[in-house]
Amino acid sequence: MEQMAIGKAINAGLRAAMERDPRVLLVGEDIGALGGVFRVTDGLQKDFGEDRVVDTPLAEAGIVGTAIGMALRGHRPVCEIQFNGFVYPAFNQITTQLAKLRARSRGRLSLPVVIRIPSGGGIGSVEHHSESPEVLFAHTAGLRVVAPSTPHDAYWMIQQSIASADPVLFLEPERRYWQKGDVDTDLGPGQVTPLHRARVVRPGTDATLVAYGPTAKLALDAAAVAAEDGTDLEVVDLRSLSPLDVDTVAESVRRTGRLVTVSEAPTFHGPMAEVAARIQESCFYSLEAPVKRVGGFHLPYPAARVEEHYLPTVDRVLDAVEQSLAA
Amino acid sequence: MTDTEVGPVRAGAAHDGRPDGMVQLLDQHGVRHTHPDHEVDLEPEELLGLYRDMVLMRRFDSEAEALQRKGELGLWAGSRGQEAAQVGAGRALRRQDHVFPSYRDHGALLTRGVDPLHILSIFRGTDHGGWDPVAAGVHPYTLVIAAQMLPAVGYGMGVQRDGAVGTGDPERDTAVIACFGDGATSQGEAAEALNWAAVFNAPVVFFCQNNQWAISEPVSRQSPVPLHRRAEGAGMPGVLVDGNDVLAVLAVVRSALERARNGGGPTFVEAFTFRMGAHTTSDDPTRYRLAAEVDAWREKDPLDRFRTYLTAEGVLDEDFEAQLAHESEALAERLRAGVPALPEPDPVSMFDHAYAEPHPQVQAERDEFLAAWEQHDRDVHAGGVL
Repeated sequence: MEQMAIGKAINAGLRAAMERDPRVLLVGEDIGALGGVFRVTDGLQKDFGEDRVVDTPLAEAGIVGTAIGMALRGHRPVCEIQFNGFVYPAFNQITTQLAKLRARSRGRLSLPVVIRIPSGGGIGSVEHHSESPEVLFAHTAGLRVVAPSTPHDAYWMIQQSIASADPVLFLEPERRYWQKGDVDTDLGPGQVTPLHRARVVRPGTDATLVAYGPTAKLALDAAAVAAEDGTDLEVVDLRSLSPLDVDTVAESVRRTGRLVTVSEAPTFHGPMAEVAARIQESCFYSLEAPVKRVGGFHLPYPAARVEEHYLPTVDRVLDAVEQSLAA
Repeated sequence: MTDTEVGPVRAGAAHDGRPDGMVQLLDQHGVRHTHPDHEVDLEPEELLGLYRDMVLMRRFDSEAEALQRKGELGLWAGSRGQEAAQVGAGRALRRQDHVFPSYRDHGALLTRGVDPLHILSIFRGTDHGGWDPVAAGVHPYTLVIAAQMLPAVGYGMGVQRDGAVGTGDPERDTAVIACFGDGATSQGEAAEALNWAAVFNAPVVFFCQNNQWAISEPVSRQSPVPLHRRAEGAGMPGVLVDGNDVLAVLAVVRSALERARNGGGPTFVEAFTFRMGAHTTSDDPTRYRLAAEVDAWREKDPLDRFRTYLTAEGVLDEDFEAQLAHESEALAERLRAGVPALPEPDPVSMFDHAYAEPHPQVQAERDEFLAAWEQHDRDVHAGGVL
């Protein structure tokens, strides 16, 4: 068991994947000598060389588009998108090519491409550095979208994503890069949680909080505060948005009767709308109250001085819990 | 206000003259010329092979158009006029090379041995391209303009990493050709692809068929400079070749591919040609271009000039023409019989290949679909949305 920050855990996971499989290579802007703007690829170019840790031109469509070609040739590229709001120039390659080539070729082509994207805000940065674009990709058939929230998951999920035969968007919780935690690097096959399985990270009885990525810790913080007032909240970390492990959430809701979702992404047409819809379908008679959603607003991400009012907070989560319990 | 009337216009480029610096080995009268940098020396059977490819490609195109008119195909993107460009480029390839085509590169595919019915299955709607991209060395058709160019560059970078460039082994050294049209050069991704390939010295030939029109927009609306000069800004050679001259296209693309295979890096080739028909069977070119322009290009027909040359050289005789006519007719008959017989896809098969690994939501939707389909009588619904 080692103590690691999430950023370091992804670095260690990338290193392990590159050591295991010579076909794995990293592509992105500033990922070589600099080690990436968040230093996630720190030291990898020194150890694996410029052909496997490739500093690219500043062109996001180029990063993803050429990664597609390399995958078609049998390599396993891992793309780094520098900031979440910079993924849009690559949107065409991700949605019209990467997501669809397997289906269009009737399964004859395989696209084992991973796209790492720092996700969410809370770091006081400028425009297009703090967005949560995950629903665009979760909505696109042919892609898998995962979001680790702990160092342990970050270490293992990046390796599982690289090993996947499908393209995976790997959302890194930007404001949690420095969050430390235990990482068990010695697990064997069958001991690692499957990539797309949600997990109950805190058992409770009064209501269920569902979160992923950067808001998983927020949900745990809110549950800790609620516990002081005698409210026992269960917290489920989705870990994956596509596929979505609805069963784990439904089991929890059948126990607690109440669901509050927490995401940084805007609630309007957001990823938790899907969770809410599926839970009302499968748990209608178990629900004691309507599903409540806490998230970002239907706005362009605001200036940094306002973001604390845009992002969900412990208070906003607890307000929603209170409304649910009062219903 | 201008006094220009609304209606078809002549495109900006000089169609009647030969653009400066264009490589040409066979002029529109079928007269052979030499070129100091680009030459081919072909055996008679090789020459006849090129001629056969072009004749069969034209027949394939006209038969496909007829099938569309009969309602057997939903759409057809015709290639008449571009036979020399596509056959010349296709025959320059080696088996191990890889093609990233646009949706009109039927001739290049036919030279790769792709079954023409697999091409037509796209336009009939039974498939997205029935060929095996790995076995054929041909990527699926790409309908999003220029989107295939970056994957082509990435494939070339993969080739570099496999050590399949510059080994001197003709069976091993590999190049990639990205096919696209004049309209594609306007896309941002095209600029990225050129730059990227040059920066990484990727073994890619960018093969631009400038057929003068992107649906209704003339090439003058795409670029104020000749397209091959884009290469200069990217840092690679740009070559302009007569796209209606199969010998020149073969020579130019062959040397560009060879350069790529040897580790010399990318080349941009602009094949100057003309789309004689509509963009697809859905548009009407008489609304946007003048008959005089089409007539002028008819004088430059790639088949006519090659036939004139081969006949004058004594390479082509009546026996071969008769045999080829017979072969063309057999191809047409095969298409006429084969297209209506293309198997209708099993509806549930649409769920099969979205993901390599199980996806619970897709599996659940598949189960729901199957249950509803069974309940509502497969026969009634077998015809689909029509």
